[in-house]
Amino acid sequence: MAKTKVMERKPLSWAERTYLPQIITGLLTTFRNLFRPKVTLQYPDERPRIPNDYRGVPTLVKDPNEREKCVSCQLCEFVCPPKAIRITPGAISTEETDRTHVEKAPKEFEINMLRCIYCGYCEEVCPEEAIFLQDIYSLNGYTREQMQFNKEKLYELGGVLPDQHFKWDKKRAAAEKIGLGSSSDEETEEE
Amino acid sequence: MSRIEEVSIGDAASRSAAADETKPDRMALNVGPSHPTTHGVLRLIMELDGDVITKCDPVIGYLHRGDEKIAENMTYNQFVTFTDRLDYISPLANNVAYALAVESLADIEIPERCQAIRALVCELARLSSHMLGLGVYAMDAGAWTPFFYAFTEREKLYTLFEELTGARFTTSYTRIGGVVRDVPDGWLGRVSKFCDDLPNTLRDFDKLLTRNRIFLERTEGIGVISREDALAYGLTGPNLRASGVDFDLRKDRPYCGYEKYDFEVPIGTTGDCYDRYLVRMEEVRQSVHIVRQIVDSFPDGLWYSEEAKKIFPPPKDKILTSMEELIQNFMIVTEGPQMPEGEVYFEAENPKGALGFFLVSKGGGVPYRLKIRAPSFCNLSILEKMLPGHMLTDVTVILGSLDFVMGECDR
Ligand code: SF4
Ligand code: SF4
Repeated sequence: MAKTKVMERKPLSWAERTYLPQIITGLLTTFRNLFRPKVTLQYPDERPRIPNDYRGVPTLVKDPNEREKCVSCQLCEFVCPPKAIRITPGAISTEETDRTHVEKAPKEFEINMLRCIYCGYCEEVCPEEAIFLQDIYSLNGYTREQMQFNKEKLYELGGVLPDQHFKWDKKRAAAEKIGLGSSSDEETEEE
Repeated sequence: MSRIEEVSIGDAASRSAAADETKPDRMALNVGPSHPTTHGVLRLIMELDGDVITKCDPVIGYLHRGDEKIAENMTYNQFVTFTDRLDYISPLANNVAYALAVESLADIEIPERCQAIRALVCELARLSSHMLGLGVYAMDAGAWTPFFYAFTEREKLYTLFEELTGARFTTSYTRIGGVVRDVPDGWLGRVSKFCDDLPNTLRDFDKLLTRNRIFLERTEGIGVISREDALAYGLTGPNLRASGVDFDLRKDRPYCGYEKYDFEVPIGTTGDCYDRYLVRMEEVRQSVHIVRQIVDSFPDGLWYSEEAKKIFPPPKDKILTSMEELIQNFMIVTEGPQMPEGEVYFEAENPKGALGFFLVSKGGGVPYRLKIRAPSFCNLSILEKMLPGHMLTDVTVILGSLDFVMGECDR
C-alpha cells in the first residue's frame, strides 16, 4: 500500500533570505535544550543499566551443587565464529563420585577474550547450559596473555547459576532404576 | 573508470602522478584514507585546477576482509555475525536481509510474528542509519548541533537494540528460519514511546536545517545526479530516489510483510545534495509511521519457523531433556542448516540501498559461493563522474550526502 511522494521545495521567502529567522529559531532550539534533562552519563562514576540478556563476557558456570557442568562436547568450540575457544577434553577425576557417569570434562578450557566477538553463539548451542555470557562489558589487561582466560578464571567469573533440569542426576537415577549401575553408556550422541 | 587500459595499470596513485607530469598547472590532492569526511577509509585522489576538481579517483579496499570467501568456510548461521559488519550502522537490517536470502533458497515459511519482528527491526535500523547519516551530513556542511541531537536519538535506539538482542552494535539477531529470541516484555511499549519522542527531534532538525539559507547554499544544485546517471551507475536507496526514480524494494518487491503497511516513498525532483537530505528526512518520518503500524498490529505466535526441522535448532529445554532434540541440535550446529541445491539472488531495501545476496548452494549447510551486492559500493562508483567540476569544499558535502559505509563497500 505504498505510495510515492514527491518532495517539493519552496523558494526561500524574503525573511528567510536574511538569515534572521534561522538564527533566532536556531538559538531558541539550542537554548531550550539547556533545560532538558541531561543525556550524558558520567562514566565511570555512573554506570549504564545493563539489560537482562546482555551479551558480555562468556564464562563457565557451575550448578547449584558446585559441580562442573561442561561435558567438553566441544560444540561451542566448533560454532565460535572467530575461533576464540580452545578446549582440551579430559576425564572426570574419580574423586567426584557423583559425576563419574558423565565421562568427560574439559581438562583445559580457554577463551581468548581478544578474539571473542561476544556473539553469544556458544551459550546458544551449549547442550548443558554450561557457558553463559555475563553482563561484564569492560575487560582490560596489560598483555595479551592476560586476556587469555583459562578455566579457573572462567569459573571464577561465572559462578553458580540455578539449574532446572539436573540432567545428569536424572540420568543416573534412571539408569539405577533399571539396574544399570552408575556408569551408563548411552551418551554416544557426538557425531 | 574512463578507459579500461587505465584501470589495468595498477595503483591509482601512480596514474594520477603520471597525469600530473603532463599537466604542470594541476595539483594532485589526496584525501583520505583516514580523513574525517570520508567516513571510514575511503581515499580520493583528486586533480585540482585551482579550487576546482578536474578529476577524481576513488580508491577503495582499505577495509577489505574477504567476507565473501569467509562465508564459504562457515555454516549459514555462523555467517550472520559477519553480516553485522557489512553496513555497521544498521546491522539489524543486514541480518534480516541475509536470513531472507538464505530462506528464499530453502523456501521456508516464516511465521507472522517473526516477519513483524524483522520488519520492525529493519525500520529501527533505518532510523538509526538515517539519523546518523543526516547528523554527519549536517556536520560535514558545518552544522554541528543537529549531529548531537541525532546521536541522542541513536543512543535511545541502541538501548532498545541492547534489550532485544543483547548487544548495542553487533546484533547478530537473525538465524536461518527465525530470530534468536522473542521481543522482551514491555519492549514494544518502549519502541512506541521512542516513536512518540522522535518527531520532536525531527522538528528541531527541520528548524535548524531545512529552511536554513546557509545549509541550502551549500547543498542546493551541488552534486546533481541526473535520473539517467543514477540508473546507469546502479545507484539504489535514498540516493536513487533523490534523483527522481521511484524505486523502493519495500514497495516494488515486498518482503517481510511490507505490503501490509501503509507508507509513502519520497522521491526528489533534481537529484542534488539537498534532495538527498529531503528524501532521508521524509524516510525517517515514514519509518516512524511504519514502526507505529507494526507495533499496533503485532501478531502473536512463534518467532521461529517450527516446520524447518533441519534448519532452526529446537528450543533449549527440549535439548536439555530429550535425546532426539539433542542430536538435532548437534547436527544443525556442526553441519549447518540444511539447504537444497540451487542458486538464489535476493535484495532487500536497506537504509543505504539495495543490499543483495547471491547464493550458490550445492546442498548442505555451507554456501558454495556467496556474493554480496553492497549498496555503498555502487553508490560510490558515481564519484568519478560527479565530482569533476565541483569546488574542493563541496567534496565534504557530496560525500556526506551520499551516506556510505566503507565496511560494506570493501566487505
Ligand atoms: S561469544 Fe561468540 S565469539 Fe565469544 S566465545 Fe562465545 S561463540 Fe566465541
Ligand atoms: S558446548 Fe557447553 S558442554 Fe559443550 S564444551 Fe562448550 S561449554 Fe562445554
